[in-house]
Amino acid sequence: MTADVYGLLGAVLTGLGLFGMLVRTEPLLRILAFNLLGGGVFLVLGAIARRGAGAGFAADPVPQAIILTGIVVAFAATTIAVALLLRLAARKDDA
Amino acid sequence: MIVDLALVGGILALALGVLVARQAFAAVALFIGYGLLLALAWGRLGLMDVALTEAAIGAGLSGVLLLAAARRLSAAPAQEDSPPGRVTRALIGAGCAILTCAVGAAVLLLPDAPPGLAAEVAANQRATALGNPVASVLMAFRGLDTLLESAVLVLAVICTVALAPDQGWAGPPGAPQPQADGPLALLARLLPPLGIVVAAHIFWIGVDAPGGKFQAAAILAAMWLLPWMAGIAPAPPIGTRALRITVAAGPALFIAVGLLGAMLTGAFLAWPSGFEKPLILIVEVALTLSIAAALALLVMGPRT
Repeated sequence: MTADVYGLLGAVLTGLGLFGMLVRTEPLLRILAFNLLGGGVFLVLGAIARRGAGAGFAADPVPQAIILTGIVVAFAATTIAVALLLRLAARKDDA
Repeated sequence: MIVDLALVGGILALALGVLVARQAFAAVALFIGYGLLLALAWGRLGLMDVALTEAAIGAGLSGVLLLAAARRLSAAPAQEDSPPGRVTRALIGAGCAILTCAVGAAVLLLPDAPPGLAAEVAANQRATALGNPVASVLMAFRGLDTLLESAVLVLAVICTVALAPDQGWAGPPGAPQPQADGPLALLARLLPPLGIVVAAHIFWIGVDAPGGKFQAAAILAAMWLLPWMAGIAPAPPIGTRALRITVAAGPALFIAVGLLGAMLTGAFLAWPSGFEKPLILIVEVALTLSIAAALALLVMGPRT
């Protein structure tokens, strides 16, 4: 039950994040929306991990490890996006 | 259940706030709150390892990075695309609503006993000599994922560093930080010793309990970033050999040990039996230091 509630939250966040990424025009807000989208996907995976609880574990450890990996990779992608954005903004100043 | 519903409501409200915020700074502040509530949600789901990582990386390090970016963009905003028209917007809204319904239906239609790997992890966990099942998955059962992820971090560092302007390519990363005084300078002197001890503790208990190298590395990175932001510990130039070796050592050692496993046991990244725990610990120590250095460099960003 708990898993379903958070899984549905993940579904809503996925939609909201994608909408924000396509509709907002400020680049930084698009990066934030991209992270909301990522959070939604992770929550759906987390709900699946929780449903797969068993063998004495509170949640299936395999999706849990994949979410961990995903959070770090999403952070790396965010840093590259922010660096590109700042470089673009600085370049516009030069011109 | 009430706690869960309140948490879900709070996360939704903050996410909506991020999307409708007029100013980037407000959006980032709301996003940090969203990350912290999301960490609580992970705790409610029983995914403690994820909760720690979300709080440290999803809210903490991302927050520092995005706040600094919002501040710099408010002075020199980047070019914006033209906003989508009314019809496009409605179509995008409809498409996103369909996506939400589809993902939501997939969540609700999951079989009652979903196929999972929990039983197999439990059956094989003794072989890794680690008590924390997530650590077993990260270091042994899905070791290739962890190796590729640490390699992604190295690549991300190379990408961000490469965005520095041509002059001073090998100079120190990030914007120069003026020397701070007041609370920041005090915290930057007081917190790092404590934080380093906490990081070592989180790393060590990660063998048997929630915690581990990512969480410890995020805390270590923060303990480097704090004095850097206060201007009392300037970052070394990106061309420094020691810095480059620190960033690459973890993944390189992981690959070397993986090749050793290929020679001794016939499978890449297989741990030679009898030496699992010491080898895993050595690789994890190297990975922690490399990931910490990479995370800190990523938050500092390219030289400006």
